[in-house]
Amino acid sequence: MPTLNVNGNVIEVPDGITLLQACEMAGAEIPRFCYHERLSIAGNCRMCLVEWVGAPKPQASCALSVNDLRPNRDGSPAEIQTNSEIVRKAREGVIEFLLINHPLDCPICDQGGECDLQDQAMSYGVDASRYAENKRAVDEKDIGALVQTTMTRCIHCTRCIRFVTEVAGVPELGATGRGEDMEITTYLEKAMSSELQGNVIDLCPVGALTSKPYAFSARPWELHKTETIDVMDAVGSNIRIDTRGREVMRVMPCLHEDVNEEWISDKSRFIWDGLRTQRLDQPYIRKDGKLEPASWSAAFAAIASAAAKSSPQKMAAIAGDLAAAEEMFALKCLMDSLGVAHIDCRQDGAQLDPALGRGSYIFNSTIAGIEDADALLLIGCNPREEAAIINARIRKRWRRGNFPIGAIGGLKDGANTDLTYEYEYLGAGPETLSEVRSGKHSFFKQLKSATKPLIIVGQGALARKDGATVLSAAATLAVTCKAVTADWNGFNVLHTAASRVAGLDLGFVPGPTGRDVESIVRGAKASEVDFVYLLGADEIPGEQFGKAFVVYQGTHGDQGAHRADVILPGAAYSEKSGIYVNTEGRAQMAYRGAFPPGDAREDWAILRALSDVLGAKLPFDSLDQLRAAMFEAVPHFANINGIEAGLPEDIGRVAKVGGRLGKDPFEGAVKDYYLTNPIARASRIMAGQSQAAKSHLGEATGTDG
Amino acid sequence: MLADKDRIFTNLYGLHDPGLKAAMMRGTWDGTKKLIDMGPDSIVDQIKESGLRGRGGAGFPTGLKWSFMPKESDGRPNYLVVNADESEPGTCKDRDVMRHDPHILIEGCLIASFAMRAHACYIYIRGEFIREREALQRAIDEAYDAKLIGKNNKHGWDFDLYLHHGAGAYICGEETALLESLEGKKGMPRLKPPFPANVGLYGAPTTVNNVESIAVTPTILRRGAGWFAGLGRPNNVGTKLFCISGHVNQRCNVEEEMGITLRELLEKHAGGVRGGWDNLMAVIPGGSSVPCLPGDVCGDLHMDFDSLREMRSGLGTAAVIVMDKSTDIVRAVARLARFYKHESCGQCTPCREGTGWMWRVLTRMAEGRAEKREIDMLLEVTTQVEGHTICALGDAAAWPVQGLIRHFRHEIEARIDAYAANPDHDGAVTMQAAE
Repeated sequence: MPTLNVNGNVIEVPDGITLLQACEMAGAEIPRFCYHERLSIAGNCRMCLVEWVGAPKPQASCALSVNDLRPNRDGSPAEIQTNSEIVRKAREGVIEFLLINHPLDCPICDQGGECDLQDQAMSYGVDASRYAENKRAVDEKDIGALVQTTMTRCIHCTRCIRFVTEVAGVPELGATGRGEDMEITTYLEKAMSSELQGNVIDLCPVGALTSKPYAFSARPWELHKTETIDVMDAVGSNIRIDTRGREVMRVMPCLHEDVNEEWISDKSRFIWDGLRTQRLDQPYIRKDGKLEPASWSAAFAAIASAAAKSSPQKMAAIAGDLAAAEEMFALKCLMDSLGVAHIDCRQDGAQLDPALGRGSYIFNSTIAGIEDADALLLIGCNPREEAAIINARIRKRWRRGNFPIGAIGGLKDGANTDLTYEYEYLGAGPETLSEVRSGKHSFFKQLKSATKPLIIVGQGALARKDGATVLSAAATLAVTCKAVTADWNGFNVLHTAASRVAGLDLGFVPGPTGRDVESIVRGAKASEVDFVYLLGADEIPGEQFGKAFVVYQGTHGDQGAHRADVILPGAAYSEKSGIYVNTEGRAQMAYRGAFPPGDAREDWAILRALSDVLGAKLPFDSLDQLRAAMFEAVPHFANINGIEAGLPEDIGRVAKVGGRLGKDPFEGAVKDYYLTNPIARASRIMAGQSQAAKSHLGEATGTDG
Repeated sequence: MLADKDRIFTNLYGLHDPGLKAAMMRGTWDGTKKLIDMGPDSIVDQIKESGLRGRGGAGFPTGLKWSFMPKESDGRPNYLVVNADESEPGTCKDRDVMRHDPHILIEGCLIASFAMRAHACYIYIRGEFIREREALQRAIDEAYDAKLIGKNNKHGWDFDLYLHHGAGAYICGEETALLESLEGKKGMPRLKPPFPANVGLYGAPTTVNNVESIAVTPTILRRGAGWFAGLGRPNNVGTKLFCISGHVNQRCNVEEEMGITLRELLEKHAGGVRGGWDNLMAVIPGGSSVPCLPGDVCGDLHMDFDSLREMRSGLGTAAVIVMDKSTDIVRAVARLARFYKHESCGQCTPCREGTGWMWRVLTRMAEGRAEKREIDMLLEVTTQVEGHTICALGDAAAWPVQGLIRHFRHEIEARIDAYAANPDHDGAVTMQAAE
């Protein structure tokens, strides 16, 4: 442990950290542009210069390891000055150089108010410029519909290049030219294709890369900021929703080391225009085949009369992918008190059974645990599309080396799919899985010899007739290759729906006599089910419900609403407080950033009001009372941000399920990354990205767009 | 003056055949096996004792540099990289070594590699050196054929020599940018530490030496460290290749003793300054990156590392650029500033932005289109660049400007005055309509 003297404070610092980190530990603030904790060190902005007393030149503290700081000749710790005259001069010099070619366009720059260069110019800049020459002007680059470039503002810190190369794994950005002619570009002005590209907007310390959809729409100081949870996938990324008045203006990532670090995927970031369009803002009732606006009481009365005509054996409820735990709990309570057994939260038909224990359906290793693993098998799963943030974590582990990765099915282009890391494509379907499980496949040896092997089963492998058997086979493999031990549980299920784990925790699945989604649909066609309650369930084509009376409670005019007989407008994830449990089983609390539009209401309150009309009044009058009841039923939801770990025995129990594996290859759960839920389908930005991705892949035809 | 018997580069002018047979007749490859038999540590000791300082510009003791290389391998190989990316304006010494006396370099590569326990050596040659590359490659092939180098060679030390052709970027002469370029990446200097002796080429311990530093080692070992240390002045010993260009009667490359006075150097070898010694205006004594010195201090100037440092200049690559009184020194330095602006890699802020700024201001000053207060501002800009960059290119760009302002401020001021006194000179906009 090296000892340092920083501005007179003698501190001991851990080995291997940089001088910049050591100075911050000693309480000295070091300005920086190019340095970023999660990227490689470039050392090029020269803003972090500090004085090492005795050294001939100021030192770039971001690039100097504390272990390279020799003690003074007399043995006293190396002396570092971070505020001396030399340091101040050096930093003033750097700021002046950065500003001479930086345009004075702060009034029309979207970065204004949250710009590192502005902030640091306040500390180290001078009032007037001594630069009498012409400023450099750089051509704009078109790098896609998400990231706006104003390259004249670029200060060449190369954070964006390092991000796309290192974290995103899609090296699309680079620098051409040399010296002051250096330019950051995609070279041929190709649109960026990474699903993490939005993060370069946050990384850019100046206004060179800004958000294109958000351009010129707000200033950071007029936004109300709410830290909450993202629901675009089952990662549970921590986000901040910035609102002005009633409107969500943008979405930014929040730091959570164990979940999303500080990245979010493009779908999480650019979804916000989908929260404004296609919204359901009042109840509707279908009259003579046409949906007509109605009052809440009329809508409830219509539901009550339909329910009265039906019977509990002919009623069913399905929870969608974006539902929070609260409303699922309320709906389950309502259905229970009505005596309805046909409830399901697995819209896609995934064969997951909460009765087998929590370990059978969560991402047991945890997301951060990926970094400890030393071999990985993906079964029917494309993590890049299903959970881009988890994919970045896998890549982070892969970059450290000694991390063999195998994939069975789940990839659209088979072995040619770009997951941003190297992997061995073992085969397409169940045969390969049984080959690996029986130890005949060469990859089995790699799993077996690993000390912490990881197996990730995607929804594509589970949402099929033999899903339970596939899960069982994967569990058997996990047990035989010692992926499940006392201190390591490498058996993981990767979810795609934000609501799914909470739904399974709540037991929002049919009981022994109940019908699952497939059976509900079959029943509706055969008129055995005549009342279906859809809680934001939009992934099942409406015509499949036959003649049944369909109630749709949700946010967008999507598939569910199109088929509905009564529509109850609910609140989107940004408009209500709710608990979401991510794929690792981590309960996280989302907060309200904006209010629902028009007459739309928070979902639990709708269900509470409806229950009164249906004569099965739910026993809670406030969200707090609801939560108290829910925490009694599922105590671990109360442990916000905690994970109730799955038991290793659960995996053994899954392994015993057995059954016959089918023959069909595994298909990925995500058909179109940009259009996986009703909010995304309402978003113009996502539609554009989806089109661009298709033409990028050569799938678009001449009449497209 | 250096006696002919003490010359190391005996075919510097290409008067004789550069081929292997002729080189051997001149003494190259003579008893190399015996030198190898001395053992690596004793070779390093000899080089240390000889007082040889690196000939690439910085003058770091070569023997000491070699001793930084690990003696026990941790599984990584050691590498020697020879920096033949001679791009400093005014410098052309390595070029003549490589085309006229390539074997002297190849023998040096073998011995230096052996001393540093390296089985592979890379020569990184400048992009513009096409004929030199051909000559050197021919010589390397000859040496392979004669089993002087290669696997199972006569000297008992397996040794491969690779010649890599650069693409002609000045920055690739910086040792870590050179390594980056050699690895196939963009030639951008690395952050130090770690130094190449720890983490160099392909992450392995590496020493980067100048062509001349390597080429003189076999002769030093053959003739003894004492002989080399006996030439020159204390701490600045041995012989040195000087490249004399500019306003002299006979521009030339010449091998001379270190510490020879500038006047003797110019008058003995270059036929004197054009128009006589008194016509001397300024000298850049060590390649374009060192500050110039005015003619009046050059009379008994000793050409070595320490004497020139005392004069606040440097020996650099010993490329003496002579400027007589016909020179427009402001324009000359403005041209150098343009060179550095063009060759800056763009990685770090002070150099990327500062070189362009210095060039633009100097260009105006060369016309006189500036204000006197801008002279001090320019000087301050140079100090903001100097010492704040990743590599030494920032320093190299700042020093010539500092030298100009230090010694020729009056020239700039006179230029500004002349411009201000004559606002209607060519190029100034006259308002036709007003007349």
